[in-house]
Amino acid sequence: MVFLAEAGKFTGLFGQILLWTFKKPSEGKNIFEQMVLIGNKSLGVVTITSLSTGMILALQTGTAIERKISGAANMLGGIVSLALTRELAPVLIGLVMAGKIGSAIAAEIGTMNVTEQVDALKTMATNPVKYLGVPRFISAIFMLPLLTIYADLLGTLGGLFISLNIFDGTTTGYFDSLNMYMRLDDVFKGLFKTIFFGAIIAVVGCQKGFETEGGAEGVGKSTTSSVVISSMLILVTDYILTAFLW
Amino acid sequence: MIKLSNITKSFGAQQVINGLSLEIPDKKTVVIIGRSGCGKSVLLKHMIGLLKPDAGSIFIKDRDIAKLNSKELDEARRHFGMLFQGAALFDSLTVAENVGFALERFTKKSPVEIRNIVKEKLALVGLENVEEKKPAELSGGMKKRVGLARAIAMDPEIILYDEPTTGLDPIMSDTINELIVSLQQKLKITSVVVTHDMKSAYHIGDKIAMMYDGKIIEEGTPAEIQNTNNATVRQFISGSSKGPIQVLG
Ligand SMILES: Nc1ncnc2c1ncn2[C@@H]1O[C@H](COP(=O)(O)OP(=O)(O)OP(=O)(O)O)[C@@H](O)[C@H]1O
Ligand SMILES: [Mg+2]
Repeated sequence: MVFLAEAGKFTGLFGQILLWTFKKPSEGKNIFEQMVLIGNKSLGVVTITSLSTGMILALQTGTAIERKISGAANMLGGIVSLALTRELAPVLIGLVMAGKIGSAIAAEIGTMNVTEQVDALKTMATNPVKYLGVPRFISAIFMLPLLTIYADLLGTLGGLFISLNIFDGTTTGYFDSLNMYMRLDDVFKGLFKTIFFGAIIAVVGCQKGFETEGGAEGVGKSTTSSVVISSMLILVTDYILTAFLW
Repeated sequence: MIKLSNITKSFGAQQVINGLSLEIPDKKTVVIIGRSGCGKSVLLKHMIGLLKPDAGSIFIKDRDIAKLNSKELDEARRHFGMLFQGAALFDSLTVAENVGFALERFTKKSPVEIRNIVKEKLALVGLENVEEKKPAELSGGMKKRVGLARAIAMDPEIILYDEPTTGLDPIMSDTINELIVSLQQKLKITSVVVTHDMKSAYHIGDKIAMMYDGKIIEEGTPAEIQNTNNATVRQFISGSSKGPIQVLG
């Protein structure tokens, strides 16, 4: 029952955000600011996450393959890039962003709520969902795919680094195998998922922010629960999308 | 005119407003006094539709504010300015963006015009050269005054002030009191002022209303309030710990 009530709230807010997206005055300036903010805040963690993931993938699979076949390095390009683009980059970026951006959204809106800034918006005839929710939603669904493209690239390079330095691979060998196994739609499918992840992060963060009460303690609770809930939703959604769409 | 009839409001089991009626005449200043926690801020929030009464009605210019849809409510709110008790400045915006918030969103004024209005309103509350600061860099009293500048930025017809002089030094308090008086006299603004400061209540109020036990127990001109026979009101305005109002309880 609690679960249904929560789901209802998220769906309700999602609907409202969609509705307000198309109403005037446009929040262009706000949306742009949010995008820059998300990019700035995330570039560091995304860099570290994707580089190390690419390197770990190459190291682990390379070591495993070498037990049976020599010359594993020449298969690493395909393995690393496939695993990254189809699954690991989208889901890891989703989870990292849930921690980084989702929590920031919940904390900021939550603080605004308990310090009456949300009320102040209302008294100035400004709908909080429109002013706060819409820009965060739009930036999240744009920035997640962008950051994932960046993570795909960087992770692949991380794999190449391991292939060259640990397994005596060659750059051409790496990219040949990448070419052989990868299709462009692997990348697109992965990116498509991240649009959903972005939506989840923004909607959950906003909803938790708007329902925050009880001062600093309440803000802490909302922040934590926004990260937990959006992480869970991202994993479940990931499974559903993967299982039923392709 | 704002007309509250018989409103009640509880939060959970706690009844905060209990059959309260009050009229705020046009172009007058009504001061609301009452003990801390008696529900003055809650009452102000009802007047601007941030809270809805459990029962009773609130009419603003002959329209029941509790029955408006969100668009009509936004429309009605354009006539209001509100100063929150905690100022409620937007943390992420500068002082200038805070004060110019509604101007930028709802008027066609150019950035230069807006900058001038912002400067002028800030000057009215005794502030200059703070435009580029963020709220976190201001003192409590400065925040309050920026909040006030923001409340009057759109030249509203009705202003709700929640403790405008709390936290200000005596000279600045007087400046703000004079500002409230002059806004009312020159621009014919309707004001509702919540305050604990009896000196300013007598000074600015056309009418003073005392809230107690979820109701207005007494209202009248400053002179009438000063000479009241109501023991509860007398105890409150003289600031005595002895009388019908229990300090604990
Ligand atoms: N959103 C809310 N949820 C639950 N209780 C609330 C809420 N807002 C106010 N209250 C309660 O209503 C009562 C009145 O609060 P209010 O802020 O109106 O007091 P006040 O008269 O403005 O006091 P002060 O002079 O200290 O500002 C308090 O007991 C408070 O706990
Ligand atoms: Mg109060």
